[in-house]
Amino acid sequence: MFSGFMMNTWIAATIVAVIAGVVGFFAVLRGSTFAAHAIPNGAFAGAAGASLLGINTLIGLAVFSVAGALGVGALGRRARHDVATALVLVLMLGLGALFISVGSQYAQETYALLFGEVFGVSAGEVLPIAVLGAASVAAIVVVFRPLMLSSAMPDIADARGVSARRMEIIFLLIVALATSMTVPVVGALLMFSLMIGPAAAARSFTSRPGLAIALSVAFGLATVWTGIAVSYETNWPLGFFVGVLGAAFYLAGRAWAALRRTRAVRVGRIPAAATG
Amino acid sequence: MGRFLSYLFEPGLLSSGPVRVAVLVGTVVAITSGAVGVFTVTRGQSFAGHALADVATTGGSGAFLIGLNQFWGFLVFGIGAAAFLEIIGVQRRRGRDVATGVVLGAALGVAALFLYLGAARTSTTGASFTVLFGSIFVIAPSTVPVLIASGLIALLVVVLLSRVLLLSSLSPDIAAARGVPVRAVGAAYLIALAVSVSLSAMVIGAVLSTALLIGPAATALRIAKGPVRAMAVAALIGVIATWLGIALAYDSYYWPPYGHGWPVSFFIVAFVVVFYLLTYLHRPFRSRKAEVAGAAAARSGERACSAAS
Repeated sequence: MFSGFMMNTWIAATIVAVIAGVVGFFAVLRGSTFAAHAIPNGAFAGAAGASLLGINTLIGLAVFSVAGALGVGALGRRARHDVATALVLVLMLGLGALFISVGSQYAQETYALLFGEVFGVSAGEVLPIAVLGAASVAAIVVVFRPLMLSSAMPDIADARGVSARRMEIIFLLIVALATSMTVPVVGALLMFSLMIGPAAAARSFTSRPGLAIALSVAFGLATVWTGIAVSYETNWPLGFFVGVLGAAFYLAGRAWAALRRTRAVRVGRIPAAATG
Repeated sequence: MGRFLSYLFEPGLLSSGPVRVAVLVGTVVAITSGAVGVFTVTRGQSFAGHALADVATTGGSGAFLIGLNQFWGFLVFGIGAAAFLEIIGVQRRRGRDVATGVVLGAALGVAALFLYLGAARTSTTGASFTVLFGSIFVIAPSTVPVLIASGLIALLVVVLLSRVLLLSSLSPDIAAARGVPVRAVGAAYLIALAVSVSLSAMVIGAVLSTALLIGPAATALRIAKGPVRAMAVAALIGVIATWLGIALAYDSYYWPPYGHGWPVSFFIVAFVVVFYLLTYLHRPFRSRKAEVAGAAAARSGERACSAAS
């Protein structure tokens, strides 16, 4: 399980889990889970287009995920945000259907881009993943305070001169950056599960942002590591374990929050009516 | 004109059996999705609508795995997911996207497992493509009646509920004060949405299902006034996009690369998005009326001035 070629898998998956935990925390806090689903999925279409043209897949992923982020941001200015996201998503997936059908590639590649190929990571792939991952975490660190303020209290942020629209675009671009490097490794669908499940669970356990980010990363690592180990033993797809473990963490978080609330009611700290 | 038409529509389009079934089912799905979608957009549940399509697809691959009729897999998973979303609070504004996301993530994981098990058993790897993109040209004629019937049921529920649904979507408090069972209405709507979405996900794929649910409805809500008119316009837009898409996909057998056609989902999605973007050229009704009123006031003011002088 820890032999030579598996080491790349462990390293790449660890990096991906850290990125997904940090970026996912903000996705959950801002309620941008639909965008977090749409951008990796759209990026998948870019990868299909890139292999049709015979260029590097990473370029196709980057172009499509950035285009998707900007498209959601631009359309979202004039319409409801979820509508804009849905339209951008279906447009990119429609293009993906065209690319795949025209290129008549092996269906195996489609499966790999959607569900990942974490056991096939080569040593050469680890470095770009690490670099892009560091870049997206660095971007989050740089904009941490305004991003936090505009995610938690958009009105106050606006009053302080932090433009909600600009923060939205910046955040979507960070998601795009994180996505373009992770999709070839863990797949579009898995990246989404990994961003949402652990982060949503962390939010139920604590309301302190620093602790929540740390918990989100920890849950993500636990999910991925357990998933890889079990997947290695059983040969079942990693995506299954990540999806189910993420949901399990979330349900545990909800149960914990509910338990704490009823206990608070019993000792009388919160009037029963306020828990609704 | 006749030559142009025969250029646009290959001769023999409507004499092909699969195309006839595709047009029939596509029309029913487009009408149902358009009408149901108006409330999906109004209630801000686009993500739930998309997630239900993906979850229903998971059910379809599960049914395929155990050898059941796929239709029941789609329907059971779609309605089950809708019920689960209702329980964990998709109707609340706060935190519902997160809940939807968690359900979707878990379902996608299960889909990965089903596809893996299915591929291990039958050694077909094209499943993931079909799952996402579907194919309107390979609908079994035997499932057509039950597809149409359940689509019409979903449509009927939404049309009957449209008034209370609109009120409880726009202002739940007023609706509750008037005695509307807001939660029950929301749940009924969610089930209708699940039925409509699982059907369309089965016949046209998860991508097209979302496109036909959100695109025409969002377009209609920008140009039509009132929910009933918006539902009619959305259905019409969806039908036009579907027909044009099927016609072009049929034509595309003669386009490069020769030998196989372009996917119909690409064309339909493209038309849906283009129609939506076209509404950006159209100014909102109210502001135009205000402008006309303003211009008339200015004109009468001018006239008054010139009369006074």
